[in-house]
Amino acid sequence: MKFTKTLLATTALTVAAGAALAQDMTIVSWGGAYSKSQLKAYHEPYSAKTGVNIINDDSSAEAVAKLRAMNEAGNITWDVVDVVASDAIRLCDEGLALEIDPATQLAPAPDGTSAADDFGDLLVSSCFIPQIVYSTTFGYRTDLVGDTPPSDVCAVFDLETYPGKRSLEKRPINNMEWALLCDGVAKSDVYDVLATDEGQNQALAKLDTIKDSVVWWSAGADTPQLLADGEVIMGSTYNGRLFSVIEEQKQPVAMLWDAQVFDLDGWIIPAGLSEERKQRALDYIYFATDTQRLADQAKYISYGPARASSAPLVGKHADLGIEMAPHMPTDPNNAKNTFLYNYEFWADYRDDIDAKFQAWLAQ
Amino acid sequence: MSLVTPISRKPLSFVIPTVGGLGALIGLFIGTSFGSGLVGVVGGAVALMLLALIYITVLRNEKMARWINRLGMAALGFLYGGASGLVLGLFAGQITIWFIYWLYEGRYRQSLLPYLTSGQVLWHYTFRVICGAIFIFLITPILVVMPLSFNAQDFFTFTPEMLRLDPDGYSLKHYMDFLGLREDSNGEWLRSFSNSLLIAPIATILSVTLGTLAAIGLSQSHVPAKRAIMAILISPMIVPLIISATGMFFFYSSMGNWMEDTLGLNKNFVGYVKVVLAHAVLGIPFVIITVTATLVGFDRSLTRAAANMGADPVTTFFRVQMPLILPGVISGGLFAFITSFDEVVVVMFIGSASQKTLPWQMFLGLREQISPTILAVATILVALSIALLVTLEMLRRRSERLRGMSPS
Repeated sequence: MKFTKTLLATTALTVAAGAALAQDMTIVSWGGAYSKSQLKAYHEPYSAKTGVNIINDDSSAEAVAKLRAMNEAGNITWDVVDVVASDAIRLCDEGLALEIDPATQLAPAPDGTSAADDFGDLLVSSCFIPQIVYSTTFGYRTDLVGDTPPSDVCAVFDLETYPGKRSLEKRPINNMEWALLCDGVAKSDVYDVLATDEGQNQALAKLDTIKDSVVWWSAGADTPQLLADGEVIMGSTYNGRLFSVIEEQKQPVAMLWDAQVFDLDGWIIPAGLSEERKQRALDYIYFATDTQRLADQAKYISYGPARASSAPLVGKHADLGIEMAPHMPTDPNNAKNTFLYNYEFWADYRDDIDAKFQAWLAQ
Repeated sequence: MSLVTPISRKPLSFVIPTVGGLGALIGLFIGTSFGSGLVGVVGGAVALMLLALIYITVLRNEKMARWINRLGMAALGFLYGGASGLVLGLFAGQITIWFIYWLYEGRYRQSLLPYLTSGQVLWHYTFRVICGAIFIFLITPILVVMPLSFNAQDFFTFTPEMLRLDPDGYSLKHYMDFLGLREDSNGEWLRSFSNSLLIAPIATILSVTLGTLAAIGLSQSHVPAKRAIMAILISPMIVPLIISATGMFFFYSSMGNWMEDTLGLNKNFVGYVKVVLAHAVLGIPFVIITVTATLVGFDRSLTRAAANMGADPVTTFFRVQMPLILPGVISGGLFAFITSFDEVVVVMFIGSASQKTLPWQMFLGLREQISPTILAVATILVALSIALLVTLEMLRRRSERLRGMSPS
């Protein structure tokens, strides 16, 4: 009897507590230092302003699959999701993400420029609200590359001058472009060449020359670990990870910005939320993607804000106190030679080239 | 009392090549770490053969040879690897000189039966070497993790400071991170740890209750289709976890929706209920198997005797049967607990971020940042698992003792 009473009381309390906790919002992101930068720049000020309690879920890596499953099960537990642009395009095409009108649902710049103009070309999908520009680029061990540090991405393919292992991502994207570029194809022709069978074979043949010296990575944390171990002498990864290795962990590593590939990361709101949750998510997005908030994020991580109007506001790192602007992939000194991830090309050719690449890897 | 077989010195033609084999093995490790395994193998073999030859034919004094070998190798190790080299060198010196005289004096036959052929002696020791190798193979990956968790750096790397045994190379900062005591730690580790500590015991209690009842029911002789029911009940252990997880995701989603919409329960609370139920399902097979095994040795006449004296079945169960099968129930419960505590696949499908458990947090930490905090947690968990296994072993012994005394 007594036990039953206690149980009833507990249940009643839990239900009552549920009513008080109705202002929960689940935001999905990548985890690690990146989630921390969002926590400091967006979540904490937003919670302070509105009283909404934000729960972090570090599931962005499987966002597409999970959103599909949630949609099928009719139980969407996420309110705002951080994804890369290509995932956003897929989710938008499948109707799993909410379409956003930049004119009314996003904040204008402080000088009155509309959000659509402020983001400009970076609005690659009607569901996608860009947040940062990051790049995939190379870092190298300063103590293992000899007297002439590499300044050119083709150093990756130069085993004579720079003998040793290098780490590359285990997928064709970026690697194929770099291979062609270093095989004498002009930058403007890279995607035309890569669209042909001969071009793809040419890229794979170039990669073949270093295949025995490559360590393949699949998580962004792999290359920093390999560089810190001295297991590879150079490797590709996201520029923010390299910033952390160099400036925060003080490892003997330097950036090779040449031929860095820009990509975008930003928010989507899942389709099918209740009206109340949808309004809250939209309110959060309006707040978190305004000019000042995007500039604030750069205090915690070295990714470039997606708004043109945020760039002049980028200040110093919150803990280290160093100027962040020179560490941004978009800084003019770093962005002398860049690629922008070609969404259309990879949307059309990805499956094909992926199959070829995996077959080549297995040889 | 160990056997003492008369021993005799062995010819050099047997001792020297065998010693060379050990030298080659040691040389392989040293050579590989310096870049060339082949040079190490040849160099190690030649060096150790020469040493053995000198000790046996020139020095002819075992005690002196022992000290020369130990100190010489220790000095060599110190020259190349600092403090840790010294320890390794001392160790290598001890092993090699012991091996040389063990062979030369024929001591390896000392504790064996005198009539064994050389083939049998060889197998005797080969067998032990194989067993030792298996043991090392199993335990090394776990041991490697432990010193790394005291790394002062944020990478999975044995730094030069660590290898020199320099105190600056070690720190407790990853343990501090786990405990949320560092400025930059966000409390996620403790939160997921407390989630695990909340979910695992409740799931364990559920699976122990249901599993014990099922096992007792299935041990009755009049239950029809026993084998089929048993197969269904232990299927969560056999079906690949990812399949169960997918199925559970859809099943529990609809159940969760119903509980939230129709019963009006709190979303968070429903989340915990879903994960606890799923983990209970995974734990039940372990309880059934261990309790069924214990019931085999249970004397049925005891329940009849209890009934004869007027006890109803419930009283009989709690006062007679339960105390006797308790060791089986508890060991099943421990397995169920560890299953829930280690589980990452199902919880990632079913749970939402508020139900993040420790294994889930470790998985994320490994994928996103490779932080040695994972190693600190792993070390803590290994200690915890050892404690649990020791308990299990003690219970098993108690059960055996009890069964030995029971009048069956």
